[in-house]
Amino acid sequence: MEHINTELDELKKKLITMASHAETAVNRAIESLVTRNVDLARQVKSDDAIIDQLEIEVDEISIHLLTKAPLASDLRFVTVTMKICQNLERVGDEAAKIAKSARRLSAEPPLSLNLELPLMAKKALDMLQAALDAFVRRDSTAARAVIPRDKEVDALNKIINSELTDHMMQNRDGIPRALSLMTATRSLERIADHAKNIAEEVVYLCEAQDIRHTKAE
Amino acid sequence: MTTATPQTPALAIRDLSVYFGAPQVLKHISIDIAARAVTAIIGPSGCGKSTFLRSLNRMHELVPEARMTGDIRLFGDDIYARQIDPVIVRRRVGMVFQKSNPFPTMSIAENVTVGLKLNGMRNVSQLFERTEQALTMAALWDEVKDRLDAPAISLSGGQQQRLCIARALAMQPEVLLMDEPASALDPLATAKIEDLIMELKKDYTIVIVTHNMQQAARISDTTAFFYMGELVEFGVTAKIFTSPSKKQTEDYVTGRFG
Amino acid sequence: MQAATANAPNHVWRKCKNVIMQSLTFVCAILVITPLVMVFYHLVWQGFTSINWEFFTQLPKPTGETGGGIGNAIVGTFILLAEAALVGIPVGVLGGVYLSEYGSTRLNWAIRFAADILNGVPSITWGIVVYALMVVPMHGFSALAGGVVLGMMMIPLVMRTTEEVLQLVPNGYREAALALGIDKWKSIIQIVIPAALRGIVTGILLALARVAGETAPLMFTALGNQYWSHKLTEPMAALPLQIFNYAISPYDDWHRQAWAGALILLLLVLTTNVGVRFLARDRFAKRKH
Repeated sequence: MEHINTELDELKKKLITMASHAETAVNRAIESLVTRNVDLARQVKSDDAIIDQLEIEVDEISIHLLTKAPLASDLRFVTVTMKICQNLERVGDEAAKIAKSARRLSAEPPLSLNLELPLMAKKALDMLQAALDAFVRRDSTAARAVIPRDKEVDALNKIINSELTDHMMQNRDGIPRALSLMTATRSLERIADHAKNIAEEVVYLCEAQDIRHTKAE
Repeated sequence: MTTATPQTPALAIRDLSVYFGAPQVLKHISIDIAARAVTAIIGPSGCGKSTFLRSLNRMHELVPEARMTGDIRLFGDDIYARQIDPVIVRRRVGMVFQKSNPFPTMSIAENVTVGLKLNGMRNVSQLFERTEQALTMAALWDEVKDRLDAPAISLSGGQQQRLCIARALAMQPEVLLMDEPASALDPLATAKIEDLIMELKKDYTIVIVTHNMQQAARISDTTAFFYMGELVEFGVTAKIFTSPSKKQTEDYVTGRFG
Repeated sequence: MQAATANAPNHVWRKCKNVIMQSLTFVCAILVITPLVMVFYHLVWQGFTSINWEFFTQLPKPTGETGGGIGNAIVGTFILLAEAALVGIPVGVLGGVYLSEYGSTRLNWAIRFAADILNGVPSITWGIVVYALMVVPMHGFSALAGGVVLGMMMIPLVMRTTEEVLQLVPNGYREAALALGIDKWKSIIQIVIPAALRGIVTGILLALARVAGETAPLMFTALGNQYWSHKLTEPMAALPLQIFNYAISPYDDWHRQAWAGALILLLLVLTTNVGVRFLARDRFAKRKH
C-alpha cells in the first residue's frame, strides 16, 4: 500500500500545522491575560478560526484514507490523528475563551491578588507542547510522562479557585472580575485535560495499548 | 467416532514440514486450528499457504515427489497414520477451490450428490434430502430449487462457486478448506460468499487462504501469517490487523512488501 | 494531410502487394478443394447410375456375367469395422487413459513414441504381420484376422486422440473429484471421461473412417468372398477389396460396379466425417442452456 504513504504524510503535516496553531493560540491567550494586552487577545480569535478550518481538512483527509482500509500501525495512526484533531479544536476554543476573559478583564482595573495563575498557565502550555512533541517523535515514554502532570494543574486550579472564592466573599465589587478569572482558569484546566488525552492517544499509537480511564501508575 | 473433547482443536499441526523433492516448501509449522471458527491464512505469493492448506487433506500428495514430516491430527485422529487411506481423510476434510469447477456433464443436483453416489449412497429420498440440505446451507436452494436438473454450467460464476461449496458440504465434512474461494468473483458475489462463510462457521471449522487482507479481517476469527514457508505469526484477527507483534507481519499487512 | 499525400505512391504499392497476396492464397485454397471436387464429380458421374436396390442387396454374379451387386461387401465392411471397434476401442481408449491419467513421464514418452511410429507404419506391413500371426496358424484367411488387423491399426490412433482429449479436460475437475474423497479410477470413469466423451468419440469415428478404406491389410487377412458369409473363421468380402478386384479386371461391367462401390465407400467416409463435425458443433450450442 505504497500509494497511501503520501496521504499519510500529508495528514501528519496538516495535524502538525494544526498543533502549532493551537500552541500559538494558547500562548497568545495566556500572555494577553497576564499582560492585559487586548490586541493579542483579538488575534486569538482569528487563530481559533484557522484551527476550526484545519479540523475540517484533517477529518476530510482521514475519512478519505479510511476508504483505503489501512491496517495495523497505519490504521492506528489515522484514528489517533482524528482524535488528536478533535482535542486540538477544543483547545482552540478554550484559548478563545481565555482571550475573551482577557479582553473583559483588561477593560477594568486588575484585582489585588497574587495568584499562581501564570504558573498554572505555564504548566498547561508545557503539557500541551510535550504531548504534541511526543506525537511528532512517536515517543511513547515522553507521552506517558505527560499524563500525571494533569494532577498538578488540577491542584493549582483548586487553589486558585478557593483564593478567588475567598476574595469574592470579601469584595463584592470584585465578583465579576473574579468570575472572569475563574472562567479563564477553568479553560486552562481543560487545556491540560486535552493535553493528557493527546498523550494517551500517542501511547496507543506507539504501543497499541489503550490506557485511557486507567489509574495512573 | 472421534476422541474430541470441547477443547480439542479441529486440527492440531505439529512440526509440519513439506518437501517437493529437494526444496523445503514448509518449515516446521506448528499451529492449532480451532473448531467452529474461521482461520485465515495470509502471506505473499509462494509463501507456502496453499501447500499448507493442501497438506490438511493430503492433496499435496498429488504433486510428484511430495514428502512430509510432522504430525497432523483431525479432532485427535492422526490423518497421516500408516493405515489411513487419504480418500477417507478427504471425506472428513472438504475443499473448495479458487476457480469454481462444477462437473460440466452433470446437472446441479447431480453435482451436489456426486460424492455421495460415488461412495455408495443409493437411496433416492436420502440423496434428495442431502441435496436440499447442502444447497440450503450454501444459500443456493431458493435460486435453483426449480431447476435442479439444469446443467451446472448454466449458473453464474458466483452461483457455481456456491454449488461447489454445496457439493463439498453434502459430504458432511468436519472441516472445510477454502483456497481463495472468492478471488475470481465480482464484489457482489464475493459478499455473498463471505456472508455464507459467516453462517457456515456456526457448524463447520473453516480454513481459508486469502490474499485479500480486508477479507481476512472481515470474516476470520484467527489469522496466520506465512512467509517463505514459515509461520511468522498466528493470533486473533483483530490483533493481527491492528497491532501485530512481529515486524514482518506489520510490514506485510501495511503493504510495505509482498 | 501533407504527410499522407507524400506517401501516396508507397500506399498504392502496399495495396497492390496485399491484393496479390490475397489472390495467390485464394488460388491455392481453390487448388486444395479441386481434387476433392474432381474425385467426387468423377465418382458420381461414373457410379451413380449403377446404384440401385439390386446393387445393395445382391451378390456378385459369376465372372463374365453382368449385373449383380456388392451387398456382401457392404455387409462385410460393417462386420469388419465392428470387429475392429471391439479390438481398437477398449485398448485404444484405456491406453489413452493410462497415458493421460497415470503413467510416469519416461514410460509415457516411450509409449507415445511407439504409437506415433505405429501410426506411420504402412498398412500393407500390418497386413503381412497379421498374416503371419493369424492366417498361417489358422491355416486360412478369415474375417477374424481382417477385423484384428483393422483394430490394431486403430489402436495407436485412438490412443493418441484419447490422450490428447483427456489432457484438455481441466485439472480442476480431477482435483475437485479427489477432494470429495472419490477414488481415482471412479473419478476417471464418471467425471473425466464424460467430460472428454465427445472428443473421444470423435477420435474413434475418425479412426474407423480411416481403416474403413484400407485395402492392403485386408488382402492378407480377410481376402474377400463372393458369397454371403457370417462365419468369422472364413474369408469375408469387404468394399475396398471388391473395388480393387473389379477395377483390375478386364470386364466393363465390373468396372462400372467398381465405380459405384468407390462412390459408396466415399459416401460412407464422408458421412462419418460430417457426423463427427456435427457432434463437435453440438457441444457449443448446448452450453447456452
